[in-house]
Amino acid sequence: MDVLTDNFSLYAEGFLGTVRLTVYSSLLALVLGFLMASFRVAPVGSLRAIGTVWVTVLRNTPLTLLFFAVLLGLPRFGLVLPFTVFAVIALGCYTSAFICEALRSGINTVPTGQGEAARSLGMSFGQTLTSVVLPQAFRTVIPPVGSTLIALAKNSAIAGAFSVTELLGTYKTLSELGYNIIWTFVWIAVGYLIITLTISALFNVLEKRYGVAR
Amino acid sequence: MAVVDPLIELRDVNKFYGQLHVLQDINLTIGRGEVVVVIGPSGSGKSTLCRTVNRLESIESGTITIDGQPLPEEGKGLAALRADVGMVFQSFNLFAHKTVLANVSLAQIKVRRRKKDEADRRSRELLERVGLASQADKYPAQLSGGQQQRVAIARALAMDPKVMLFDEPTSALDPEMINEVLEVMQQLARDGMTMVVVTHEMGFARSAANRVVFMADGRCIEDRAPEDFFNHPESDRAKDFLSKILKH
Repeated sequence: MDVLTDNFSLYAEGFLGTVRLTVYSSLLALVLGFLMASFRVAPVGSLRAIGTVWVTVLRNTPLTLLFFAVLLGLPRFGLVLPFTVFAVIALGCYTSAFICEALRSGINTVPTGQGEAARSLGMSFGQTLTSVVLPQAFRTVIPPVGSTLIALAKNSAIAGAFSVTELLGTYKTLSELGYNIIWTFVWIAVGYLIITLTISALFNVLEKRYGVAR
Repeated sequence: MAVVDPLIELRDVNKFYGQLHVLQDINLTIGRGEVVVVIGPSGSGKSTLCRTVNRLESIESGTITIDGQPLPEEGKGLAALRADVGMVFQSFNLFAHKTVLANVSLAQIKVRRRKKDEADRRSRELLERVGLASQADKYPAQLSGGQQQRVAIARALAMDPKVMLFDEPTSALDPEMINEVLEVMQQLARDGMTMVVVTHEMGFARSAANRVVFMADGRCIEDRAPEDFFNHPESDRAKDFLSKILKH
């Protein structure tokens, strides 16, 4: 117990770092995932190709490798940003591939007749997608998107290895100070649980509110 | 058949599904105000024909013109054309997440750029016309099949289309609900709407159609006035088809 009370500010700093990474990366992942899912179902072949390449590359790259690529690669092209921003980019892009596929599976659950009806009324691709298909897809993608964001919260730990302030990274300082390693990790785990259970709760509410009634 | 004022013209239209030649050299002209019923055995290509007219199905060769304009490629032009061509589907395809009123209003707002209250007023008029004014605030799943199809007709009419395509509008309905939909269609025909109706309802073909097109194996075999067709079919294929469906 001493570990937590003695080092509360260190824990709090790490906890907030992880929350920050999670929130910003989630937003980036949702926006990019939405965009890429639209690309993947677009009537334009080149957009579909962009979406497919995006998903294939990012989903199949180990996240740590992606971190190296972003944190060490981008500065070589003259793009120098704070490490936290790089971490958000790496996490956000990586997770967007999974969000994209979750959204696309949702889009595929909407009967084709819905899109046909919208198009037969003269609605454009964008209008069909945003006012007919996605609102119906949204109901079925709530659970998988929730899982993906929980995975994102935990993946953010990798950023600690690149000297970004986050929760898991606090163990280094604490073990150097000679605290019991088990209790150090127990409290770190509790921190992650708070974040992931909050995401779960949020998505449970969304599902109750908008989920498909069966 | 000679048509005075052509609205839809199909010339030498061919379509394939892989190896399957589903539409073979289709030539068909539909005049303004005409009601053309397309009948034929299943797999004859009649639904496909109906769907090529608003390019829900693309064609491999031939031309389709609507009101003198050839069908545009995918894009803004096609969307504008589709807004002028109403379509009613076998499976209704009402937007499941929207109320009946919102179903009818949505495209008016998005495509015709009407104000919401103006669109809703028009929607209520049309729902009144198909006898469903009291159901405006329900969701599609709360309605019977016949009611859903009547909403779908109102939704298509809300765009003030030049022509209405009906792709087997009563095939998914219980027998007792077929008539309520056919009555709405009869009324439309009497009001002078140009209609292309793919159906198995021979009663409707007899009473409302100006012409009956009989299709089999991807070809238009006969194209005649309904009484002629039903009483004196010329082709063996049509005789065979009629003998099967009219003997019960």
